[in-house]
Amino acid sequence: MVNEASCLLNTHICVQNLNLWFGTNHVLHAVDLCLYEHRITALIGPSGCGKTTLLRCFNRMNDLIDGTRITGTLLLDDEDIYYPKAQVTSIRSRVGMVFQKPNPFPKSIYANVAYGLAITGKYSKAQIRERVRESLMSAWLWDEVKDRLHDSAMSLSGGQQQRLCIARALANQPRVLLLDEPTSALDPQSTAKIEELLTELKKQVTILIVTHNIAQAGRISDYTAFMYLGDLIEFGETQQVFTVPKDPATEAYLTGVFG
Amino acid sequence: MNLRKLSNHAGIGALSLCLLLTALALLVFLWSIISKGWSVLSWEFISQPPREAMTSGGIYPALLGTLYLTVISIAIALPLGVMTAIYLNNYGKPHWLVRIVKVAVNTLAGVPSIIYGLFGMAVFVNLLRLDVSLLAGSFTLAILALPLIINASEEALRSVPKDFTDASLALGATERQTILRVSLPTALPNILTGAIISIGRVAGETAPIMFTAATFYSRKLPKSLSDEVMALPYHIFALMTEGSNAQKQVPIAYGTAVVLLFLVLGISALAIAIRYQIRRKRKW
Repeated sequence: MVNEASCLLNTHICVQNLNLWFGTNHVLHAVDLCLYEHRITALIGPSGCGKTTLLRCFNRMNDLIDGTRITGTLLLDDEDIYYPKAQVTSIRSRVGMVFQKPNPFPKSIYANVAYGLAITGKYSKAQIRERVRESLMSAWLWDEVKDRLHDSAMSLSGGQQQRLCIARALANQPRVLLLDEPTSALDPQSTAKIEELLTELKKQVTILIVTHNIAQAGRISDYTAFMYLGDLIEFGETQQVFTVPKDPATEAYLTGVFG
Repeated sequence: MNLRKLSNHAGIGALSLCLLLTALALLVFLWSIISKGWSVLSWEFISQPPREAMTSGGIYPALLGTLYLTVISIAIALPLGVMTAIYLNNYGKPHWLVRIVKVAVNTLAGVPSIIYGLFGMAVFVNLLRLDVSLLAGSFTLAILALPLIINASEEALRSVPKDFTDASLALGATERQTILRVSLPTALPNILTGAIISIGRVAGETAPIMFTAATFYSRKLPKSLSDEVMALPYHIFALMTEGSNAQKQVPIAYGTAVVLLFLVLGISALAIAIRYQIRRKRKW
């Protein structure tokens, strides 16, 4: 049942035989994928190949789309998150997500980062204050905003907003951080800063990033998964996938034959 | 000058003319009301009850009655309308039920106001035995305001970017938390706009309160929800149709109209100021 070969020791998130349909449209075909702890895995592939859909399986965001049907398992620390009685809110609080377009709430910088903790009702104000500070420091935003924590998050630049979204996700202390083309709306400097940040962040959290930018995948990821038309074609160490791809489709995509 | 430039100028000229005509209509309207009613305006006019069979004295009971009717009916309609909009927007399943509710809301919005009056009399006054009272009138006006508030609130909630609600859900918030902490605060300014429009409607309506709340003449002030009340629009109607001293009553009617105009204007200005404050604090 389990593809043991692809699940080595230091994995804690495994997708097994995952199929997904939107209505009658079969979007993901029997996907198997394991994420290595404290590593960056890049999901690449042409538009419409299902990489964002796969990403959104990891925190059950696809549940929000009417007519979605999913079979297979997705293990997060040995818990199947698609087990019928699984608590969706608890799963989502353990899986951070950063979206394509920076989407801070129209609230203060502080309230944005505190949001995930405040909604649990489990933390004291002092604990939240401390965690907000830690998260902003982890996202390399603390020095830029420490004197204006109660200003609107909308007053930040695009790159700062995206780092705020990363801080907001980190505040929940997630096991894994999902990023859906997080730099596609940003300028080159902001992009470089976020790439550098991610390579630092992998020390504290496992990272899965969807990117259209092949060079970006090459620069920051340790492992690369190539998807094409709903199939996971190839998965391996980034260096190996980029230099000696096993599948001709991967090679064609990486060399720009299609995309 | 070539033909294209000429036709461009002619077009802009025609548009300016339309604008001028609209502004002129408004000015003539305001001037005709204010000039006819100005003479009777005074502090006594808005602070004293009418005297000598409505030929002198003020309109204080009617002013107070309209204020009560407006505030109570909005207090009923706003929570009901906003909650209906939340249901339609977030939980609206099954779809046939949503469609029926939406058709009902839009039909309600198109019903002539006199029908609301008859409905209010049949249901609130007679069936529920509220008699002709402040409460019966407020309920009737609340039903009149409901479709306006529901439509504005639903539109406001629908225009909350999905980015915000997705972000909230992805952080582990429940749907209820997402609505209360993200959707509603974001939609609030536009919901208030809907409330402002309905305040204007409610304060000025005559027909719905004719059989449900209003009385021609009362020297005592409304003391409880079961009292009959005087109301500004109905008072104007009374002054113009009843009594025998038109010479004295007509200026009082226009004066009442001026007060009603400024009352609605004042309430709207207040609500707009509140909305502006909320928007400014949010900076987006």
